[in-house]
Amino acid sequence: MSKSTSREAKAARIRYLLETEGDAVKANTKGFNQGRYDSVAKLESYEELRARAREIKADAIDRLPELLDRVEATVEANGGTVYFADDAADANRYVREVCRDKEAERVVKSKSMTSEEIEVNEFLEEDGVDVVETDLGEWVLQVADEAPSHIVAPAIHKSREGIAELFNETFQPEEKLETAEELTMFARERLLEEIKGADVGMTGANFITADTGTLALVTSEGNARKSAVVPDTHVAVAGVEKVVPSVESLQPFVELIGRSGTGQDITSYISLLTPPVESPVVDFDASDTPLASGENDRDFHLVLIDNGRMAMREDSELKETLYCIRCSACSNVCANFQSVGGHGFGGETYSGGIATGWEAGIEGLDTAAEFNDLCTGCSRCVDACPVNIDIPWINTVVRDRINRGTDHEFDWLVDGLTPDAEEGGLSLQKRFFGNFSTVATVGSALAPLSNWVAGTDLSRRLMESTIGVDARRDLPSFERETLVDWFAARGPRVSPTEAEREAVVYPDVYTNHAMVERGKAAVRALEALGVHVRVPDLPASGRAPLSQGMITTAEEKAHALYAALAEHIDAERDVVVIEPSDLAMFDREYGKFLAPRSQERLSDASYEVMEYVYGLLENGGDPKTLRAPGANDSGVAYHSHCQQRTLGLEGYTEAVLDRLGYDVATSEVECCGMAGSFGYKSEYYELSMDVGSELEAQFSTPETRERRVVASGTSCLEQLDSMLARPSQHPVELVAPERL
Amino acid sequence: MATGTVTTFEASLDRLDVDWTHTTHDGLADVLREVSTEPAVGTPLPFDVSLPAWVNTEPTPDELETATTGITAAGLGIADYGSVVLPSTPEGTEPVSLFPDLHVAVLRTGDVVPGMAEAFDFLGEEFRDGTHSSAIIATGPSATADMGALVKGAHGPKDVHVVMLDE
Repeated sequence: MSKSTSREAKAARIRYLLETEGDAVKANTKGFNQGRYDSVAKLESYEELRARAREIKADAIDRLPELLDRVEATVEANGGTVYFADDAADANRYVREVCRDKEAERVVKSKSMTSEEIEVNEFLEEDGVDVVETDLGEWVLQVADEAPSHIVAPAIHKSREGIAELFNETFQPEEKLETAEELTMFARERLLEEIKGADVGMTGANFITADTGTLALVTSEGNARKSAVVPDTHVAVAGVEKVVPSVESLQPFVELIGRSGTGQDITSYISLLTPPVESPVVDFDASDTPLASGENDRDFHLVLIDNGRMAMREDSELKETLYCIRCSACSNVCANFQSVGGHGFGGETYSGGIATGWEAGIEGLDTAAEFNDLCTGCSRCVDACPVNIDIPWINTVVRDRINRGTDHEFDWLVDGLTPDAEEGGLSLQKRFFGNFSTVATVGSALAPLSNWVAGTDLSRRLMESTIGVDARRDLPSFERETLVDWFAARGPRVSPTEAEREAVVYPDVYTNHAMVERGKAAVRALEALGVHVRVPDLPASGRAPLSQGMITTAEEKAHALYAALAEHIDAERDVVVIEPSDLAMFDREYGKFLAPRSQERLSDASYEVMEYVYGLLENGGDPKTLRAPGANDSGVAYHSHCQQRTLGLEGYTEAVLDRLGYDVATSEVECCGMAGSFGYKSEYYELSMDVGSELEAQFSTPETRERRVVASGTSCLEQLDSMLARPSQHPVELVAPERL
Repeated sequence: MATGTVTTFEASLDRLDVDWTHTTHDGLADVLREVSTEPAVGTPLPFDVSLPAWVNTEPTPDELETATTGITAAGLGIADYGSVVLPSTPEGTEPVSLFPDLHVAVLRTGDVVPGMAEAFDFLGEEFRDGTHSSAIIATGPSATADMGALVKGAHGPKDVHVVMLDE
């Protein structure tokens, strides 16, 4: 399939999901996400618990072989059996043997993603075993013959009406089922009959303690309790990474997992089972014999599955995936996931942000490649993750590996524009966006001719068919005079001797070549507050190549930029950054590229421009030198940038605007949907617009529609301009004096 | 036990829509009569007090399935969450607290701990020394949102009532 045909197929698939499942997925995930915000806000020790949870997981994965030996010894001393399975087939064979030994006709299961991973249902069914899912959501999917769309709430893509129709058609109940209550009670009764006649109960395990051999199962329905305890045989399947050292080490996870996932402080049931459990078997074949009178002859099998995990543990970049507790926070917070759900943003088994790590480790790069692009690197999942996994980094690493493994065509088309350090295999589209700094430099040099040529129908159609830049998008318009050139000709207006502070305004690619006005405004605002400003010609940050998975190129840029800034930092000049995604590079990803001291120095010296203005005002800067709202000002609608929010910096813009007398309404969305180059790509254009529609709606209410629109990021501004009739600008343009 | 902890526990139960009652050993039978519906099943309480005769403490599977109330002891209450810890016992605390529509948990007021950290310190010791080796931390009734709206009583009880035994 050619690149443009596969782009069309991808766009069609996304369009289908947006139409059929988008509404239900969005309502549910946004509810979970808001629930998380509310629930963690009430937990005073939230950050402390996150730190401990991460520490416990990191330690457990470090000494996993030792803990696995320990689990084996404790479970067997308790009277159970442990089987280590190399892969899915090995695990399935073992489970089949257990079922054959028991002459099992029916297995009842509680929800387990690991059992989905090995596809044990299909395997047992081929052997003539009746396998019944007892989690209501899983059961709906079993009846409908569909795959889970979410790792915690598998049927969120289905509406109540859809489930009612499914049940009424399949089971033909005497009275048609309609309400959630009726559907739930119908399922409960039917599933109880299945559980009563089951020979084997299968569960997963959220955690397994090495000291006591205890399984922790996190559930709300009670089906795991019934599945594990009613039949006399219990088989638990779990990935080897589920082992933690002790019973006490469960505590932070128990406090975090429900809050992080569905936004519940805690789920109804945390089962702590040390099998074979003391509870009596509930034998409905001997329905007249008191429970407690019989022999309690229980059998327990723990199947611990490797299936790629031990290799992930040796892979320094994928290793953190094993810290994942499958809470689903990274799915629920993700703007793209909220629109398409796990059927779009997922692989064979796992879905959402962290799924890239799981699928790359368990299934391979091909599976991960199918959805890896849907991570835009917005980083909203980083703060949401209860074990603080750098999920965007894992996505970037996997993207880099995918790039290196794929064929490349048409390279000659952008070769002259792509001075990257990549070995090849990279798609033309990725090379174009990844080398945007060169594109912009050439664009400025040839402006306005370049804008005119790029804007013609012919070149837009060519760009769409070759590199996949959607023709429905406006391209950035390059300015002939860059910010650096403008400043060099103009010179500083505050001399170093009269200045309180000295600062370098970082001319990022977008500000320098396209959004030059906001750069000029930043210079004027800082000078108005008494800062000696410099705008040197500096290398690109590496953000553009990084977001395309071009790690080697990004790293080279990082070294070059740090080298160019080091002397300014030595001279105690502050580095003021306008583009939030570049500041996020300095604060986060540069930690992977630079020597720790270098990264720390750069990060400490760098400020987001409105954060810097805030600091100047706090330290005696005169707010009267900045622009206050006019008498009949209609107020401001402010959209912060996703990475800016992850860094906790959106409050500074609000505070500055507030102090100057502006009435500010701030958007409440995780991301605008544009996310750098993402929204330009033809296969993702519609998804990008769907994500953006939420922001559009928030800025079109009676309360906000008259307000002036300000936003911090380049791509947020592009997206807002494409959606709203009124123009948008960077907040510094609003507050900077018009001339200085 | 500090009164503050018990007050927090009560507030958490209120938030979960779980009813609660304080009583004494002597008053227990009357309270159970008041909050339960028959047929009721139960497991013996380890608190020097017996369950009334109308509670079937040796249920068969059929009786378990038809009972509308299940009465069991709880080992701990967890104030911050309104949770009760139900140790698994050979008498069947697990199924008795799970099958009927109403679960009545009887708890000594003195066994309410402030938070999850104290609960896990207790459970760690108990599991390792073998007093009990399994337990359910139960918080409110069974629930699901899988059918398009929150419904109580998915596979387990629709209601929970906590009876605190004051000493």
